Amino acid sequence: MTSSRLAVRKTYKLFIGGKFPRSESGRSYLVQDANVALASRKDVRDAVVAARAAVKGWSGTTAYNRGQILYRAAEMLEGRREQFVALGEPEAEVDAAIDRWVWYAGWSDKIAQVYGNANPVAGPYFNLSSPEPTGVVGVVAPPESPLLGLVSVVAPAIVTGNTVVVLAAEERPLAAVTLAEVLATSDLPGGVVNILTGKPAETAPWLAAHMDVNALDLAGVRDAALATSLEEAAAENLKRVLRPPATPVDWAADPGTGRMTAFLETKTVWHPKGT
Amino acid sequence: MFEYAPAPESRSIVDIKPSYGLFVNGEWVDSEVRDKTVNPANEEVLAEVAWATESEVDGAVRAARAAYENVWSKMPGRERAKYLFRIARIIQERGRELAVLESLDNGKPIRESRDVDVPLVAAHFFYYAGWADKLGYAGFGDDPRPLGVAGQVIPWNFPLLMLAWKIAPALACGNTVVLKPAETTPLTALVFAEICQEAELPPGVVNIVTGAGETGHALVSHPGVDKVAFTGSTEVGRAIARAVAGTRKKLTLELGGKAANIVFEDAPIDQAVEGIVNGIFFNQGHVCCAGSRLLVQESMYDEVLAALKRRMALLRVGDPLDKNTDIGAINSAAQLERIRTLSEIGSEEGASRWSPPCELPDRGFWFAPTIFTGVTQAHRIAREEIFGPVLSVLTFRTPAEAVEKANNTPYGLSAGVWTDKGSRILWMADRLRAGVVWANTFNKFDPTSPFGGYKESGYGREGGRHGLEAYLDV
Repeated sequence: MTSSRLAVRKTYKLFIGGKFPRSESGRSYLVQDANVALASRKDVRDAVVAARAAVKGWSGTTAYNRGQILYRAAEMLEGRREQFVALGEPEAEVDAAIDRWVWYAGWSDKIAQVYGNANPVAGPYFNLSSPEPTGVVGVVAPPESPLLGLVSVVAPAIVTGNTVVVLAAEERPLAAVTLAEVLATSDLPGGVVNILTGKPAETAPWLAAHMDVNALDLAGVRDAALATSLEEAAAENLKRVLRPPATPVDWAADPGTGRMTAFLETKTVWHPKGT
Repeated sequence: MFEYAPAPESRSIVDIKPSYGLFVNGEWVDSEVRDKTVNPANEEVLAEVAWATESEVDGAVRAARAAYENVWSKMPGRERAKYLFRIARIIQERGRELAVLESLDNGKPIRESRDVDVPLVAAHFFYYAGWADKLGYAGFGDDPRPLGVAGQVIPWNFPLLMLAWKIAPALACGNTVVLKPAETTPLTALVFAEICQEAELPPGVVNIVTGAGETGHALVSHPGVDKVAFTGSTEVGRAIARAVAGTRKKLTLELGGKAANIVFEDAPIDQAVEGIVNGIFFNQGHVCCAGSRLLVQESMYDEVLAALKRRMALLRVGDPLDKNTDIGAINSAAQLERIRTLSEIGSEEGASRWSPPCELPDRGFWFAPTIFTGVTQAHRIAREEIFGPVLSVLTFRTPAEAVEKANNTPYGLSAGVWTDKGSRILWMADRLRAGVVWANTFNKFDPTSPFGGYKESGYGREGGRHGLEAYLDV
């Protein structure tokens, strides 16, 4: 009798350095009818270590290759489409999330052409400005859009060569954990994306104050006092901060290039011309 | 060695008033609180200058707001452009006066204020003037909007040049500004206010509030300011980042540096030595992007050091107005004290100190060009910004070690690479975490070329197309 077969349930864990560990704190919380890991300060620090370790390889890979890997993420997400629908994600949002990976995949080898410049200096010099990744970006994911919103903040940060530590939405974290499974099978090197479930209000201050994090995306912070304190903590090592949106975001709209350029540095190289 | 007769530039071209007020809404406003600005080369008082209070800053921000709402944001870009072109032209016309005044107030050699600072100031206004009616082509959308009122705080090392870097793009994008010059170098900014009057710039578009830290704090924390731009120390930059946290103010910061100047064994040695000297002794080393850490490949160490010492012995330290002077006065007693303290720490921590024989004037603030050898990465003189004519020399063996050492700093403003091998330049340039990489050159600036830092050297770019982004709502 097949109907008597006991289903195999999934344990929802963290995603750090390409692996799926439980929280080192041993904590979990009940949400969306599942036990989900409740990340701790130590998990934040482990995730930053993993993200930092991945920077050199990921930023050093070719733009072409990064584009291929992001496109692979779209392929994998397409294949798991029904899982996300089963988690309660509207079909249109799942489709938009897939298309968003495709959109950003195509940016990998174009953003430097759009955002860089040859500069006509008044002298015999070659002078070129090109964008480079900032490094490790801490991201508080948007709570209102657990899949499309998440993809819309992760993809633009990593397509240019950054690595991320993402604090998933507290109330609807299952899409984030399932997205981690997509990424784990997309040839994305371990550590490029790290996802922590739990309470961002508890973990975000550690991320904002971490001295080995280069930038902070507060897309999902809805508490103004928390946003201010995170921005203040970020000032200690002058993290680049993308503030919470002033008005509600339509995550389905054309995202533009702003989420990529917010986490890019411009490097300008000079060299004399001569014989 | 040649003997030089003094060749002083005449100071009669400048007409310094005994006292200056604040420049608010196109007019000079008297102020109660005042202090003196001195010539650092001889400690002579040059003028008395207002130190704007919180309520005076408030008045300036209100004037800037009114000018923004009523005039500047409504004016077509092509008209804004013409005002900026006018300003650029007047700066050129009054170039010699501005250069002499800058050298008097700052202490920098007239050769630099005349040949570097002032020409770049004019070029900067020309460059951004041309953008004012072309913003829709800059890659920020068809009709990018200005932010509103910009509060700008600038340092004392390039007083007029930093003013130009701040004001030119702000006005081109349609913002109005309240600018605070540094308390030790306010004079060229005050002459710039006169230039705004001469150009008939609408009142309130540019407001100059002189003063010290409290004035700056009042400006950046004023709720009527939409944009804060700061150039200065990382410590103050951090405080400003905290002060604007939780507001919607857009912030750009150009902060400190501890740049590595990396010399490989195949570098053209004479050019490299010129680059090392220019890198650390230009403007008395009061340069955030100064090449203050020399990294020499071990095989070339003796040769480079010998050539560097020979070259340093030829540097002429003295009267900033003398056209033969290479190194002028340290800008203030406080800065001199910091340079002395860190240099003493350098010796105490075990590095070897060397300066060429050099006679320093009796009055004023002076520091001989200095190098430290035997410096390790742990030494404070290898980690902290000295902001003076003091070079720390370290060595390396492989390109990978050079990259490792160059990047071993919380700063990331600039770096230099000297080698004849093209592929190595590009390999190094890819790996150096710095906003500007000078290869086989150093300390070059141009209005078309973006400048700004990685990491704790700040964020945002000044110059070039990128420089517009700091002043547009994008």
